[in-house]
Amino acid sequence: MVLVENKEFSEKVKELSGEDVTLCFQCGMCSSSCPTAHLMDVTPRKMVRLIQLGKEEILNSKTMWLCLSCFTCVARCPKNIDLAKIGEALRQIRLRKGLDHVNISEIPKEELEKLPQIALISCFRKFTS
Amino acid sequence: MKIPYYPGCTLKSVAKNFETSALAVAKILGLELVELPRWNCCGTVFSLTTDDLMHQLAPIRNLIRVQEMNEKGIVENNYRLVTLCTMCFNTLKRSNLFVKKNPDKLETINSLMDREEDYKGNVEVYHFLEILREIGFDKIGEKVKNPLKNLKVAPYYGCLMLRPEEIGIDSPVKPTILENLIEVLGAEVVDFPFKTRCCGSYQTVNRKELVAELTFDILNQARMEGAECVILSCPLCDFNLDSRQAEVKRLHPNFKMMPVLYFTQLMAVAFGLDEKVYGFEFNYVNPRPLFMEKNLLKIGVETLKR
Amino acid sequence: MTGEALDIMERIRESNKPVTTGIEDKDIKHWVTIYIMGKAYKVPADLTLMQAMEYAGYRFIRGAGCRAGFCGACATVYRKKGDYKLRTALACQTRVEDGMYLVQIPFAPAEKPIYDLNKESPSLESILKYFPEVARCVSCNTCTKACPQELEVMDCIQAVIRGDLNFAAKNSFECIQCGLCAMRCPAEIVHYHLFQFVRRLHGKYGVPPEPNLKKRIEEIEKGVYEEEFNKLFKLSPEELKEMYVKREIKLD
Repeated sequence: MVLVENKEFSEKVKELSGEDVTLCFQCGMCSSSCPTAHLMDVTPRKMVRLIQLGKEEILNSKTMWLCLSCFTCVARCPKNIDLAKIGEALRQIRLRKGLDHVNISEIPKEELEKLPQIALISCFRKFTS
Repeated sequence: MKIPYYPGCTLKSVAKNFETSALAVAKILGLELVELPRWNCCGTVFSLTTDDLMHQLAPIRNLIRVQEMNEKGIVENNYRLVTLCTMCFNTLKRSNLFVKKNPDKLETINSLMDREEDYKGNVEVYHFLEILREIGFDKIGEKVKNPLKNLKVAPYYGCLMLRPEEIGIDSPVKPTILENLIEVLGAEVVDFPFKTRCCGSYQTVNRKELVAELTFDILNQARMEGAECVILSCPLCDFNLDSRQAEVKRLHPNFKMMPVLYFTQLMAVAFGLDEKVYGFEFNYVNPRPLFMEKNLLKIGVETLKR
Repeated sequence: MTGEALDIMERIRESNKPVTTGIEDKDIKHWVTIYIMGKAYKVPADLTLMQAMEYAGYRFIRGAGCRAGFCGACATVYRKKGDYKLRTALACQTRVEDGMYLVQIPFAPAEKPIYDLNKESPSLESILKYFPEVARCVSCNTCTKACPQELEVMDCIQAVIRGDLNFAAKNSFECIQCGLCAMRCPAEIVHYHLFQFVRRLHGKYGVPPEPNLKKRIEEIEKGVYEEEFNKLFKLSPEELKEMYVKREIKLD
């Protein structure tokens, strides 16, 4: 039996992602596959654990903002849990409150001149609302 | 053979070399890539939340254009849409699958796009490499007039061509499609462990040091395995692996730059086409010196400096 | 409303008569009921929205301009009775319908970026510098649906994203900068500022220079027209009027 701190939060993540985190048995395959896990405060495996426990504090971590949407974790998870969708759900919970991760007005003009539209479009889709 | 073709925004601007070389190569193979009329940006990424229908509008609108092409007789009974940009491929294909699996959501999307005809769910999205594989690599080999002898090429798949499995065009663990292509073009395949590792994608906007590190890892590994150049299929991977080499050099002064090309550019050289379709002037790290060294270019043609 | 306020509106109604109906109410046969900001008003059937609002006793100090469908000042958002659809129109160009619920949008808030055309190039790079939010477009077509000029707004934005400034400049030419697209856009793009920049870039770099312009400027600088202008400036208003009436009119 697992004590879930905030059931509403876990339910929201399940609703947005369509994924059932209770299937995860914490093997850590996702964390070892993730190209940016070494930069995260909370690794992918721990992120799933926190959601299992209904701990909303995961919303304050850097995890989902360092995600590359590379789907390596998705390809390797032995339980076929789509972690990319879970990460997106966490991002969306924040973004839908108007808490953008990237402030477009702060991107230096020299960068805007160099960046191809594909980079800006995908970045804004993931990090702004 | 005519086939509906979705270019994507970058192929009309910074990645023009990808389109130019692809159209030229397709022509040699008897394919006419017919651009979708009135297409719009696909959105670059597939929206991963279950309730987001707004971000499905852009990809589905393009699939409706394929329907219209058939209705207007621009193509005949051809509901296959081919893309070159892997991000576009991934987004369009995943969106297509999403609405096919969720007919109720498709109904809502159709009703929201009230100035379009309904999307009937009969379009299939393909990556150009799948079409090449269908034609047969042997047949492609027959068109090679200028075999890329002694050129050591590393195939870089990136993420979105192979993952998630439901849309992948090859094995996510041991893909071979780019290797097969490199072989029939006469070049040497350089396999390397990071060929399916992410380049950093959209993090290049506000975390370019992260992209520089990932790029360094990928290109360094390729070089350590003996590669002289890398081929790929995505304009964002290209920006990260090619243009961001400047950033890599800043962080790793001993880093040796390596030319990065679209696979169609390599094909164009191997097919012996005119240099003006290679589009080398769009590449950040100039591939010309390498190709000159291997005697693969016709002497005397000046390329424009970037 | 208080008696005093009612009086004021009545007085405005009366003073607006020349622009609204110009005839006595008793001579008007057909009436409709419209709702301005939620309040019901009975107005003559053939009036434009702008005339109807003035008939009701409103005085425009913002949100009215040329009254001819050209300046984009009178952007109006409305719904029809029993219909959920949110519609847009220019108040001076649209006739009232029974049961209309309407409100004016006199201004779309947007900062105009400062740029030096001489320092910019007719390219996507220049545009993304000043309007990076254009990358947020989701192709929802809401802008096109909002446009009172029936422009293909989404197509123009998409052309910009592709780097096809030519298309965007040509097809946004009829834009009257009413701001309705910008107000409705979920990506918060300010279309009319963006398109103005595109048209300026296109005008400066995209179209060939007008050959006769250079000649004319040289003539002006040489003082070819000085004498004629000086003659005109010395004339009285009556003499000018006579000259104008008697001027030579070239028929093609």
